[in-house]
This record gives sequence, structure tokens and C-alpha cells, in this order.
Amino acid sequence: MTFWLPLIVLFSSLVTGLIIFVLPEERSRLRTALNMAGASLKVAGVFLMAWGLLAHDVVYEVRFTMGLGFDFLLKVDLLSLAFVSLSSNLWFLTTLYAVGYLEGSPNRSRFFGFFSLCVTASTGVALAGNLITFFIFYEFLTLVTYPLVVHRGTPKALDAGRTYLWHAVTAGAVLFLAVVWLQVLSGPFDFIPGGALQSMEHLSRSDLTVIFALLIIGLGVKSALVPLHGWLPTAMIAPAPVSALLHAVAVVKAGAFGVMRVIFDVYGKDYASQLGVLDPLALVVVGTILFGSLRALMQEELKRRLAYSTVSQVSYIVLGAVALGPLATVGGLVHLVHQGIMKITLFFCAGILSEFLGIHRIDQMDGVGRRMPVTMALFSLAALGMIGVPPVAGFVSKWHLAQGGIQGGQEWVVAVLVVSSLLNAAYFLPILHACWFKAPAMDFGERNRQERGFITWREAPWTLMLPTLATALFSLAAGVFAGWEWSPLGVAEKIAAGRGGFP
Amino acid sequence: MNQMIWVVLLPFLGSVVCLLVHRKLVFALAMAASLGTLAVAAGLVAHVWEHAGARVELGGWAAPLGIALQLDGLAALFLLLTAVVGVLVGIYAGSFFAQTSELRPMGIHFWPLWLLLWGGLNGVYLCSDAFNAYVLLEISTLAAVGLTVLSGSTASLVAGLRYLLAAMFGSLMYLLGVALLYAGTGQLDFVLLSRSLTPQVHVVTAFGLMVFGLLLKSALLPFHFWLPPAHASAPAPVSAILSALVVKASFFLLLKIWFVVFDSLSGEGPGKMPGQLLGFLGSLAVVWGSFQAVRQWRLKSLIAYSTVGQLGYLFFIFPVLSFSHSPPHEALAWGGTVFHLFSHGLAKASLFLAAGCLLRAMGTDDLHAMRDIAGRMPVITFSLGVAGVSLMGLPPSAGFVAKWMLLRAVLASGQWWWAPVIVLGGLLTAAYVFKILAYTFVPSQGDAVRLQPVSLAMTFVPLALAMLCVLIGFRADEVILLLPAVPGCEMSAGGGGGP
Repeated sequence: MTFWLPLIVLFSSLVTGLIIFVLPEERSRLRTALNMAGASLKVAGVFLMAWGLLAHDVVYEVRFTMGLGFDFLLKVDLLSLAFVSLSSNLWFLTTLYAVGYLEGSPNRSRFFGFFSLCVTASTGVALAGNLITFFIFYEFLTLVTYPLVVHRGTPKALDAGRTYLWHAVTAGAVLFLAVVWLQVLSGPFDFIPGGALQSMEHLSRSDLTVIFALLIIGLGVKSALVPLHGWLPTAMIAPAPVSALLHAVAVVKAGAFGVMRVIFDVYGKDYASQLGVLDPLALVVVGTILFGSLRALMQEELKRRLAYSTVSQVSYIVLGAVALGPLATVGGLVHLVHQGIMKITLFFCAGILSEFLGIHRIDQMDGVGRRMPVTMALFSLAALGMIGVPPVAGFVSKWHLAQGGIQGGQEWVVAVLVVSSLLNAAYFLPILHACWFKAPAMDFGERNRQERGFITWREAPWTLMLPTLATALFSLAAGVFAGWEWSPLGVAEKIAAGRGGFP
Repeated sequence: MNQMIWVVLLPFLGSVVCLLVHRKLVFALAMAASLGTLAVAAGLVAHVWEHAGARVELGGWAAPLGIALQLDGLAALFLLLTAVVGVLVGIYAGSFFAQTSELRPMGIHFWPLWLLLWGGLNGVYLCSDAFNAYVLLEISTLAAVGLTVLSGSTASLVAGLRYLLAAMFGSLMYLLGVALLYAGTGQLDFVLLSRSLTPQVHVVTAFGLMVFGLLLKSALLPFHFWLPPAHASAPAPVSAILSALVVKASFFLLLKIWFVVFDSLSGEGPGKMPGQLLGFLGSLAVVWGSFQAVRQWRLKSLIAYSTVGQLGYLFFIFPVLSFSHSPPHEALAWGGTVFHLFSHGLAKASLFLAAGCLLRAMGTDDLHAMRDIAGRMPVITFSLGVAGVSLMGLPPSAGFVAKWMLLRAVLASGQWWWAPVIVLGGLLTAAYVFKILAYTFVPSQGDAVRLQPVSLAMTFVPLALAMLCVLIGFRADEVILLLPAVPGCEMSAGGGGGP
């Protein structure tokens, strides 16, 4: 099983996707069944792997030689486990949500096919055991996300797709150059917790510095570091499940995950800070956090505001990687999961609002809490979490990041967190105030609602509500039960323990 | 090893038979000849795999007097590529030319010409002397021109004539070089020539003439002017053959001339400059050809310009290997080049055939007309996408393997200045591939064009080619193992060659 399990996890969505492509459009039941079966299989596989790895120290490894001077290597370690369990669980929920969201719209076979491939790619990104395997799946991710972004085929969607592609493909080319260059200099190597390059003393420091910069540029586009973030707010034109995928399940996360891999497992945090490459990156990260929050404040469209919020929040993950204190590492790692579950909740809610009430702009949200109390309660919960209000998950991340900053003698981390949290509050609280305390200003598209036949229901159908409820509860639970050994925080501490910094 | 001659004879015989028999039998007989050739080619590849190369003297006459055939890893791979693309294009063509009454007469002329071309190509890969190479290359050129003008339209006649004149001029330059060499050394055999050459004026002149002639025929920028109109105006199966195979034959000969015959010349000293020059022209081709492709609005012109760009990648091998004799990155450079040949051959054939399907279905190949093709012709769109991914050099595909090896070879040889070109070429390729794909996603409006039905064979052959292109990306090991018989002049020793 140590050989097959990673492959099963990888192929459960690949095979599903390929079958779904050839399904006729009208076989929606079969398609949903297949989708859910694939997603369940994946989740089960991931749980089995987690159990094996955590309880029995089983090493899951799949290795093929490619005859190109490197191996194709899938290897499960704690860091990959954290990402793969995040993306597999969220994929399960997002699929359910998408089934409800896209009901009756055209080209669903294509949509769900690419959706599955997208998760396959992010699974591969998570399980990749060396930089080249990582790169292969990272590029695959770009390719299969494009059809989802342009799914609606409107000129706006095509524009967004073009923007996304130019960013991602250019970044991919830069990343390719860096990966090949590193391979030529160092020969093949696998990810090693604590850094693979540390032991190779023959490499010139200036080469490594340039390669680090190229790697970060290549990965920074997907993880939306300013000034490479331009595609993310544009891509919010895509349907809500795609936004969830971009922001929480796969794309942005793959970028942030890649940055972590590079810093922790390729260079090693200690070695990277010796090279002096972490300080410039820290500057970029701080700029991104503040810039993203400020831009979010200026947005009038709900999804755009959420998108800029992602720009800012994802950089917390990178902040954890560049700040020296070990607790900051824990904070960054745990935010990888926390940001995912909170942001996906927000996008699920935003999708429900736009689909059923036609609400796209924040000034249309007055009093919407009365119309959809449950949805808006979940939205509020996640938004409070984003701000960092205890006991929701976001607080745990920020707390550890701040502690890590103090620990490493980098007090500016705390300052950045405080300013950013204030800005978070400034762009989320007015929404919460408007939706709960202002009088409804519009009829919330009641006409629309009657056409769809939801006259007696005040909320969206269960396929949309259930995933939203689940992710919101996750974000609450991740904060409340943070002390539990297998909570995201507990796992993050274990991951960080293997990666330098921890005494 | 006597079956070696059959890989040349079978297509020639097939060609003659197709001319003579009743037109109802043409397709069956032509396919029989194609499959036979594929089988022989596969046998030859297996032979190289097991025993390395081989050399056959026809009629038992040794080299200076007789004609010899030389089989090595590179030739075997070219034979295989030609045979695989040939058979698949044949299946497609059978269905393509049966579509309408206008196309049917073309089909009757297609088969003899194509088999003649095929035989000529296989001959070029195997022949081991400079003059026979000229004759066989000329046969394939003439057949290719015949195929180009198959439709008889004004555009194709103009393009075909331009192609003919350029190719004839290239051949004559090559022939002039051969004549100079023969006058100087009295030898024609590649191996014997390489032993008797010294850097004298007539030898250097011959080198220049032969390389120039072959560059013209390989459509390296700035000699590419004949290619886009010819490849864009021919019927789809012909375009596929021209782009995937014919330009590569003259490139194959160029490799032989450069690395076998003139190895002592091109390897050291003055050889550096021509190598760098070819690399520079290749870079220009990559950038300019891809940029022109981005600017096209007709699908077939776009794909044709893409060929100009992609061919540029093949020429990086010359500078990379020109700096030192048998450098450590030699295998990488050869592997990358051969993989690029395969990836481009398969992907380009797939693209042209898919374009043929679209042209058939929509009645035009204007990109604007491709509304909602992704929804209505998913298999074709998928083939376009997969082949496009390989051209871009993104994983998982043969194109990725090619770019990977080329980039590594370039960096390992210390000539980092080619690396940005390789990367930029990939970006421009992405730009034109997604230019095609973006239009397939646009939903159709009320007045959607009604699509003509496209037969199953025509739908699935492009897909098969694209999938092959992906699958071969996983088999890099075997290709590299086949290759060591190629580089440099080791082949001169192999196969118990000259007298």
C-alpha cells in the first residue's frame, strides 16, 4: 500500500475527470455520483495516509526514473499531508457546492472535468517529492485552471483568462529556468526538511541568490505577491466555485505552498537567512499584506474585496516562512489551512448572494442578514476569523505569527499584524454592520427566487448550504480546539519541528 | 539486415502500383504499403535497439563503387517518426479525400505522390553518400511540390511554384558543394569523405554551399519565406506531412553533413562561428516565427508560422556542440533535438489534421468563426489543446522533455545566452496556442454556423497523434539509449563500414 496509496489519491480525481469529460451533458446524476465517489475516495485515501504516517511512521513513496537526470517522485511528508488534506476535503465540499451552483447551466461536463483535473494537479503539487515533480504539476495546474476561469466565455471572462494565463505562463517560464539551472548546478536532489542545498558547499552563493529570486518570482505569481498579484482580482469574474478553487483549494495555495517548500526544504530556513535572501522577501511580503488590505478597503464589489483580502492573507503564510522565530513558522503553516477554510466560506456565501439575490456590490448588502440569516451568520463568522477575533481560526494564526516575530527579535512582524488586522476590520466590519443592522434597501430579487421555485425557503438549497456550513464550522473548530494534538495547529507544530528553528 | 532496403522500396513500389490500379483499390493498396513500411521501420528500430547500427552494401559492391545504406539510431528514430505519422495521416487522408466529389480526384493523385515522397524520405535517412542523398532529397522535394499543388487553386499554385523554386535552388547549391568535394577528393561516401577532408578552400566552400542549400530547404529564418504559404494552402493531410516530416529530412541531412562529414571542420576553430551563426538564426526563427504566428487570424497560417518558429529550436544543437569535442552535455543536446523533432512532428501533424477537421466542419479556418467549438467538437478541441501543450513545452509531454534537455544542454555548455530565447519562444507559443483555444470557449450566438459532420477517423487521428506526443514524453530513457550510436563520427566505425 505504501506504493499504491499516493497513486490512488492522485488518480481518484484524474480518472474521474477523464470519465466526466466524455459523459453526455444531460447525465447529471451519474456525473454527480462519479464526482462524489472520486472525492470520497480521495478523502478516504488521504485519511489512510495520514493515519499511516502519523500513527505508524509509514513512508509513502512512489519513484520512477524519467531518464532525464531526475526521478518522478511522490512522497508524503507532514507538509504535503497538510496541503493534500486541505485540498481534498475542500474539493469534496466545493464539488458539492458546484453541483448546486451550476445546476442547469451549460457545459457542465467540461467544467467538472477540468475541476477534477485541477484538484489532481494540486494533489500532485502537494505530494511532489522534488522540485521537478513539483514543477510538472504546478504547470499542469495552470493549464487546467484556464478553462475554468474562461468557463462562461463572455468577453470579460476571456479577458480575465488572458490576464491569468499571461501571469501564470510567464511565471512558469521563469520557474522552469530556475529549476533547470538549479538542476544543472546541483544535480538531482529531493526535498529534505531543513534544506537540501545546505550540504552542497560547492555551489556559488551568488548563483543561489539569483536562483532563489527566480524561484520566488515563479511561485510568487500564483501566491499573488505584489506586484505579481494582478491576475487574482481579475479572475474573480469566474463562477463562485472556481473562485473558491483559486483562492482556497488549489491555485493560490499551490504558490504559497511552493514558497514554503523552497524556503524550508530546498534552501532551508537557516541557510536562506545566511544567504540574506529572506530580508528582501520579507519586505515584499509586508508590502503585499498592507497593500492587499488597503486595496480591499477601496473595493465596492464584494468578490473583488474578498480577492484583495486573499492577496493580503496569503502573504501571512509566506510571512511565517520568512520570519525567523520558529513560532512564526507554525503560524504560517497553520494559516495555510486556516486561510483556506475561512476564505472558502466567504466565497461560498458570496456565491450564494450573487446567485440567489443578485448581490454583487457591497452597497446592495444592506439588511441581507434578514433575508438569509444562516448564510450571513456563516459569512460573519468567517469574516471575524479573518480579522483575527478569537476563538475563530484566524486568531490562532495571527497569535503564533506575532509570537514568532517577538521570538526572532523582529518586532516589526507584530506591527504589521496589528496594522493589517485593523485594515481587515475596516473592510469587513462595515459589511457585517450593513447586512445585520441596516434596513433592507432592495427586494433581493424575489422575482428571481420565484422563478427558481424556492418560495418557501429563505436560504439557498442544501447542496450550497451544507458545504458552507461545514467550512464555517471547521474554521470555528480549528480555533476552539487548537490545543488538540491533531488540530491544524498541532500538525503545524509537528511540521515545523522538522524544519529547523525549533530547538 | 537485408530488409533495410524494403523500407525504401516498399513505398516506391506502392507508389507505382497506386498509379496503375483501378481507383477503388488505391486506398487499400496504399494502406498495405504504408503498414508494411511501418512494420519494416519498427523492425529496424528493434534491430538498432538490440545490435546498434548496421550497414548494407547494395549488390555487394563496396563503398567507392557501390551504394551503401547506413542505419544508426538517429536514422532509425527518423524512420519511426515518418512511419508513425505516415500511417496515421494515411488513415486520415483516406477519409478526408472521400468527403466530397471535389476532393475525390485529388485523393487519386495523393497516394502515388505521398508514397513516392515517403520512399524518398526513408532513402535520405538511410543513404550514406552525398550524391544519392541529393537524388533522394530531390525526389521527395518534387513529390512534396506535387502534393502542395494538389488542390489546383491559384493560391496553392503560387505557393507551390515558390516552394519549387526555393527548394530547387537549395538543392542546386547542395549539388554544387557535392561536386566540389567530389572534384577535390574523389569520394562521395559520408564516412570516406570525413576521413579525407582537410581544411582547404574548396572544402570550406563546399561546406558553405551544402549547408546553405540545406538551410534553405529546412526553412530556417531568413530562408523561411516559401514555407507558410505552401503549408497553409495545401490540403490538411498534405500540410501535416510537409510540416511534420519533409522539412525535417533536409535537417537530417544537415546534421549528417555537419557532424559526420565536416566534423573535423565544424568541431574546432572556425567551426565555432558557423555554429553560433546557426544558433543565432535559430533564435531569430523562434522569436520571429512565433511572433508572426501570434499575429495570424487563419488557423492554418498560424500553424504554418508556428512551424517556422518551432524549427528554430532544432538549430541550438550546432552552437551547443561546437565548443568542444564530445562534451558531457552531448547526449542532452542530441536527446533534446531528437525529442523536439518527435514532439513537433507529432504535435504539428495533429494540429494540421485538427485544423482540417475544423475547416471541414465550419467551412472556414478563420479563428473568429470558431465559436463554441469546445462545446460542439470536444475531441478536436482536446487534440488542439494537448498538441498545443506539447508545442509550448509544458509537462506532461514530449515537448517538455525536449525543452528540458535543450535548456539543460545550453546551460551546461555555458552558453546561457540561448536560454532566454528558449523560454521566450515557449511564452510566444503559449500566446498563439491559447489564442486558438480562447476562441473555442466563446459561446455561440443565435446565428451559429451549422457544422458539417466530420467522420470518426478524421476526428480521432489528431487525438491519437496528440496522445502519442504526450506518451512519448514518458519514454525518454529508450530514446536516449537509442541515440549514443549517433553523435559525432562514431558511426564511421560502426557497422563494419568502408573498405
